[in-house]
Amino acid sequence: MSRNFQVVNKSVRKIDALALALGKPMYAGDKVPPGALHIKFLWSPHAHAVIKSIDIRAAEQLPGVRCVLYHGNVPRIPHTTAGQGYPEPSPYDTFMFDTKVRFVGDRVAAVAADTPEIAAAAVAAIQVEYEVLSAVLSIDDAMKDGAPVIHDEPDAFAKIPVQYEPGKNLAAFVGMDVGNLDEGLAGADVVVDESYYAHYAQHCPIEPHVAFGYMDPEGRLVIVTSTQVPFHVRRIVAQCIEMPIRQIRVIKPRIGGGFGVKQEVLMEDVVAMMTVRTQKPCLLTFTREEEFVSSRTRHPIRTRIRLGAKKDGTFTAYGMDCLSNTGAYGSHALTVVCNCGSKMLPLYRAKNIHFTGTAVYTNLPVGGAYRGYGATQSSFAVESAMDELAEKLGVDPLALRQQNHIVSGETSPVFRALGEGKAGVEQSIGSCELAKCITLGAKEIGWKKRGDWRKKTGRMRRGIGMACLMQGSSIPEIDMGAASIKMNEDGSFNLLMGATDLGTGSDTVLAQIGAEALGCDVSKIIVYSSDTDMTPFDVGAYASSTTYLSGAAVKNCAEKVVKQILAVAGQMLGRKPSELAHGDSVVRAKDGSGQVTYSEIALHSLYNAEQHQIGAMSSHITHKSPPPFSAHFVEVEIDTETGALKLLKYVAAVDCGTAINPKLAEGQTEGGVMNGISYALTEEYLFSATGRMTNASFQDYKLFSMRDKPEIKTILVPSYEKTGPYGAKSVSEICINGALPAIANAIYNAVGVRLREGPFTAEKIWRGLRAMGAKA
Amino acid sequence: MNAKTIQLTINGEARSVDVGAGESLLHLLRRIGFTGVKNGCDEGACGACTVILNGRTVNACLTFAFQAAGGRVETIEFLGNFENPHPLQKALADEGAVQCGYCIPGMILSAKALLDRKAAPTDEEWSLHLDGNLCRCTGYEKIQSALRKLVAAQGGDQ
Ligand code: FES
Ligand code: FES
Repeated sequence: MSRNFQVVNKSVRKIDALALALGKPMYAGDKVPPGALHIKFLWSPHAHAVIKSIDIRAAEQLPGVRCVLYHGNVPRIPHTTAGQGYPEPSPYDTFMFDTKVRFVGDRVAAVAADTPEIAAAAVAAIQVEYEVLSAVLSIDDAMKDGAPVIHDEPDAFAKIPVQYEPGKNLAAFVGMDVGNLDEGLAGADVVVDESYYAHYAQHCPIEPHVAFGYMDPEGRLVIVTSTQVPFHVRRIVAQCIEMPIRQIRVIKPRIGGGFGVKQEVLMEDVVAMMTVRTQKPCLLTFTREEEFVSSRTRHPIRTRIRLGAKKDGTFTAYGMDCLSNTGAYGSHALTVVCNCGSKMLPLYRAKNIHFTGTAVYTNLPVGGAYRGYGATQSSFAVESAMDELAEKLGVDPLALRQQNHIVSGETSPVFRALGEGKAGVEQSIGSCELAKCITLGAKEIGWKKRGDWRKKTGRMRRGIGMACLMQGSSIPEIDMGAASIKMNEDGSFNLLMGATDLGTGSDTVLAQIGAEALGCDVSKIIVYSSDTDMTPFDVGAYASSTTYLSGAAVKNCAEKVVKQILAVAGQMLGRKPSELAHGDSVVRAKDGSGQVTYSEIALHSLYNAEQHQIGAMSSHITHKSPPPFSAHFVEVEIDTETGALKLLKYVAAVDCGTAINPKLAEGQTEGGVMNGISYALTEEYLFSATGRMTNASFQDYKLFSMRDKPEIKTILVPSYEKTGPYGAKSVSEICINGALPAIANAIYNAVGVRLREGPFTAEKIWRGLRAMGAKA
Repeated sequence: MNAKTIQLTINGEARSVDVGAGESLLHLLRRIGFTGVKNGCDEGACGACTVILNGRTVNACLTFAFQAAGGRVETIEFLGNFENPHPLQKALADEGAVQCGYCIPGMILSAKALLDRKAAPTDEEWSLHLDGNLCRCTGYEKIQSALRKLVAAQGGDQ
């Protein structure tokens, strides 16, 4: 669907790209004030223990130590670190410092000192006596009778009315039923009932978490932080250190990658407290090891899928039961597990639908928001089960998907049933080009040559697999974004936004939307994003919301400004606004009788007559969360002697509505795909018997490099989403979800080994081959 | 802290700096204002800290500052500026290969080392050579295509 766009739907250069490539100081860690103190944490060596006593005297006495914080000298305020809209759906089960530690890597105390070395020495000098408790180290043990209670403190609570039973280690529960699953299964000719486990992983932004604070000359606290959610940081810091919001300013500079892990207020509370206590600038940087152990992870989730179908391929039953490990704290516990259902259940039509999402506490690293947000975990299960069902039905898995997937104009009862901590919002699907994604992707991978694994011979065997995906675009009737625009003498515009570019290019995309509406080149837009003193509010960069939600705010705002421009131009030209047209930074009389430039208009409005600032502010909330759709295809080659897997080609066909900037949309796709592949094949957390992560470094936790990269083919399949700015939907998250199921299906197609737990290492494939009795 | 003064040339400028015992070149460079050098892991596994020392790329986090004594160090800041960016800087920016940008200084310096030796590296040579530079944002696709285009364009010039 092509429209006549001037700026939108063009691959303009990302506005900050050159400055970043030149190595300009643009990240939080590059802007630290001289003389800043260095903060270091003392982390728990135990998975579960009560702190009997802490002695900080030796640490405090070390020369150069400026402040030591622990539970005895900070306020005890229950809160959540999850950077979500207020009131948050995550339980208030976290304290700046507590009398109990709940995982290896939990906070015990923190030190601010003149140098990192002194801070480290002081941390080592803190004497702690622990009473070690028995620990919950698996999701299956969490809710057993007599399991140790991880949150036995009386003051943890759920801020909104949701099911929360910390006494049973239950961090969250959500469920829904449409029709009757059992009846649906009973009425099926073929049933699949299998469980799939999506494992622990970390986001691994190449820039670890970093934040610093300082007191400005007027005594206000300024925090500069690598965050996706500056406004939530301000609110949660205010809560934790009991300071009025007006005393706090949060600035988000460039971020060195986030992927969800920076949607978390992980360190700013301590940075703030240290800065206020010492009245000196204070810096906190995570090491790579801390990033793995003590920040946030992908919630590991076991998903049981029950699918029932008639011989003709129609679904009679579609059931999903998710058991999520939220780790020691309930950050995003409810919403991630809920998203497992709300994103993947509507993808296929079924009369009887069932869903439960259960999140349990364990004494393991803490889950959080991670690109894909539950849909990654559940799409592995659903899309693997689809192939298993197709096999039982004896049909082509591609055809089975084509027969059952949702299409434009349809709705799903799931949309209404599952929201984020409350009922969802009914919606019917507007734009949907999934069918086309499937066709184009299948063609690109060569689906026709696929063949049955039983007929394959030889040591090296190839297989092709696929998966269908859907996500959302923003959280409807919860998320809000806002922008303001003002006009300058030279016809340029300042665009101020709360929206948070975390490397995705949203500043550029939003500038393009603004420029399109304003009728000027993107170079005329000066973007400033995310400073709580300067920019309007935005919930932040998460839930695939920025282009769709904040983009609409920018568009609305620009349209208001255009009205003002036309009014001034009308005065200057002696015309009614309706007789004028704007574009190319010029307003013309439609009859060709005259024109004025934007610069002349701005000068006129600022200096000549009826002076005023041309400018506006707009907010936007959404009533829909239109899903982007995607079909992924992958071809693998497996060495049946060793189990080694080689990725030959990966195809991602995506319907993201109008791609505001096609190159950047492709970049989101490719980055998501690659992260998904790396997760599916190599990334995993290894634990000792006592719950300590044993591979917390890039040496032992393998991220894919350029050498490991297969051929990746991205196909943008345009659609036009009427409710989005210039037809746009989201693109940032969806493509991380495909690799687990598509590769699992390809492995099966190659050698007949069905893996229901990642990562798909050579060893797992080899063991699968051995178990089948294949020649090894 | 056993500070010792060393002489070295950073980005063409002779400097005399105090270095701590055991201080890494990464730490030193960032401390004295060369913040284009990034710290992604501090353990030699991500390449974000890549700099050029005496004509060869090194992981600055694994290099002691004193190893640079008497030597020449080049960082990303030396390569180009807004008016006159290095072709690699321009190529990556133009191609959408710079997402968060955190890996990019290291990526560019590593790429430059290969490009200085070899006029037209193949995809395989690039991949092998840039294996130590991790990027979590781009999936390497746009970086590869930027490099391909640059090589093609330069070949056309010759
Ligand atoms: S910081 Fe030196 S290799 Fe990662
Ligand atoms: S662009 Fe973000 S790590 Fe490479």
